[in-house]
Amino acid sequence: MDTAPLSLHVPEPAVRPGGQPDFSNVTIAKAGAVTRPAVDAEAQDIRDLAYSIIRVLNREGEAVGPWAGLLPDQDLREGLRHMMTLRAFDARMLMAQRQGKTSFYMQHLGEEAVSCAFRKALAKGDMNFPTYRQAGLLIADDYPMVEMMNQIYSNESDPLRGRQLPIMYSSKEHGFFTISGNLATQYVQAVGWAMASAIKNDTRIAAAWIGDGSTAESDFHSALVFASTYRAPVILNVVNNQWAISTFQGIARGGSGTFAARGLGFGIPALRVDGNDYLAVHAVACWAAERARRNLGPTLIEYVTYRVGAHSTSDDPSAYRPKAESEAWPLGDPVLRLKKHLILRGLWSEARHVQAEAEIMDDVIAAQRKAEEHGTMHAGGRPSVRDIFEGVYAQMPPHLRRQRQKAGY
Amino acid sequence: MARMTMIEAIRSAMDIAMGRDDDVVVFGEDVGYFGGVFRCTQGLQAKYGKTRCFDTPISESGIVGAAIGMAAYGLRPCVEIQFADYMYPAYDQLTQEAARIRYRSNGDFTCPIVVRMPTGGGIFGGQTHSQSPEALFTHVCGLKVVVPSNPYDAKGLLIAAIEDPDPVIFLEPKRLYNGPFDGHHERPVTAWSKHDLGEVPDGYYAIPIGKADVRRPGSAATVVAYGTMVHVALAAVADTGIDAEVIDLRSLMPLDLDAIVTSVSKTGRCVVVHEATLTSGFGAEIAALVQEFCFYHLEAPVMRVAGWDTPYPHAQEWDYFPGPARVGRALIEVLEA
Repeated sequence: MDTAPLSLHVPEPAVRPGGQPDFSNVTIAKAGAVTRPAVDAEAQDIRDLAYSIIRVLNREGEAVGPWAGLLPDQDLREGLRHMMTLRAFDARMLMAQRQGKTSFYMQHLGEEAVSCAFRKALAKGDMNFPTYRQAGLLIADDYPMVEMMNQIYSNESDPLRGRQLPIMYSSKEHGFFTISGNLATQYVQAVGWAMASAIKNDTRIAAAWIGDGSTAESDFHSALVFASTYRAPVILNVVNNQWAISTFQGIARGGSGTFAARGLGFGIPALRVDGNDYLAVHAVACWAAERARRNLGPTLIEYVTYRVGAHSTSDDPSAYRPKAESEAWPLGDPVLRLKKHLILRGLWSEARHVQAEAEIMDDVIAAQRKAEEHGTMHAGGRPSVRDIFEGVYAQMPPHLRRQRQKAGY
Repeated sequence: MARMTMIEAIRSAMDIAMGRDDDVVVFGEDVGYFGGVFRCTQGLQAKYGKTRCFDTPISESGIVGAAIGMAAYGLRPCVEIQFADYMYPAYDQLTQEAARIRYRSNGDFTCPIVVRMPTGGGIFGGQTHSQSPEALFTHVCGLKVVVPSNPYDAKGLLIAAIEDPDPVIFLEPKRLYNGPFDGHHERPVTAWSKHDLGEVPDGYYAIPIGKADVRRPGSAATVVAYGTMVHVALAAVADTGIDAEVIDLRSLMPLDLDAIVTSVSKTGRCVVVHEATLTSGFGAEIAALVQEFCFYHLEAPVMRVAGWDTPYPHAQEWDYFPGPARVGRALIEVLEA
């Protein structure tokens, strides 16, 4: 056969810095257009849901279609408050990092709906295995902000005693597994937790979290095969925020079109949802949670969203994507979209929103003051050097005791 | 008291642990219906049901990752990696997850898992069925590392490992499964039924992790060994007639430093033996500790006898394996120094 020499295909995002932001390749389904199957549907019968985008809130702010209507008014107002709190919390902690009060921070800007709305679909006792961008799970479960800040500051009241990078929270009580910082490992752990719940004939379910980029890790695939084989009661969440640090999602996704489609090869029902639509995220999460609780097995959910901020305080996105790209993002801002819906429903107003913003910021600042009384990274109370040696094992072995003594403690 | 092979003793340990505690679950590749390629889990699925003992996909990171999640839930998984050589896909889960969950969460979550894996050569397994990766685990803070050398210890240590609140790597020298192999591969195989430590109580007992045992008291030199090399060291002592003390570490992490220091302070000479490759092996750690804690008692340099720094060869297995002749030469050398 006479063929041209081979050449390697390396995918590129549509636009780079200096270019005109362009999301014309992102096909957005009309709000309300995607069907809502029964929770016992087989993966092969709902394949189209892995390639579309489930949306509830339309451009006018109305909640439309078969996925609408699940949340009472009070919960909607509370949901907005959670997202606004997370945004205010991020703003203050980002500033604290710039002021040298901590070494590192990661914000959620643009992705607040994903973790805040998801939390509402879970019950007390369920367990999340989060990544570093799901603090909404804690905020929406009323975990004290002061505790989060103590951890971020690595101060004398840090519940993790200065051992962990800022924002790597842990709270068993609030269904939040200790964050690793090591990518994808938690995905298969969540499946194991869910298997354990099924082994013990419990009613609790697990939720696994991963970003678009980390789905390329082998642990993602281990997790899917274990979840599928044992029909584990787990929700497999993929947050597709378009960017893995500087790498666009096409590098991890390859030619499959969507990340949700990854589930289909394992026979796992897979849904793709508008991650900036609080109502859609909540509705899809409820669908998956009901499946899990009815022992129908795992569900894979891809949340289509956009990382408006930098990956972390150590990152500069202007080096790899157009500055105005986030403004061109077609799914809008999750806070503004829910606000518009609430105003349309007569449950909220511009004036109340401004007032709520001020109240929330006051709460965040008050929490920050309280945390700073216990020290920040470089000033005030710190965890003890003794804490370095504690907790490596349940009982300190002799060699660590010798080393602790050498360190002077 | 029954006569057991090391396989039967390991099986008995899991049986007893599962019987005593409903939270103990056992799984791995070929572990369920078939009972494992070395048959260590034979009969457990039939006795305790499919949700307590089951087969897994061929995914070591999946096996260990799922075990970590189960432990976070509150179970006590005891999983099998079919060969220690296959553990590398799970290494990330073991080193950065299992080992650190207690520490990084300040005890909010813990990881009481046991990861069993057959280790070592002597069965013509070639480079992918013969490795001894213990130093890759002892270098990881947060893991415990246990290597039994006989059926009695294997059962008591495995029960202790399953009950331990922290992750334990349980390395089973596969050449010892069916008998106390001493490196004399040219001689007929001995069975555990003819060995004192093949006598194993049927019921429950635990051996504390972190305590070494003196297999043979002696005064001329100290041989520090574990696993298969304990029997090789005893053979070298018998072959040379040197009155050496043979210490079986049993647990590498935590390490019974007192047992080593007591013995070397008495004998003044030390040979460390392991089957794993020499460079950066666990013997280097022992040698460093001996010179740090016994320097003024030493009459000779600390010697190490180990596998060559090459992959484990297939056809030349007995030229690679650090048998009694090599250990014997090292003993003569430290005595002549």
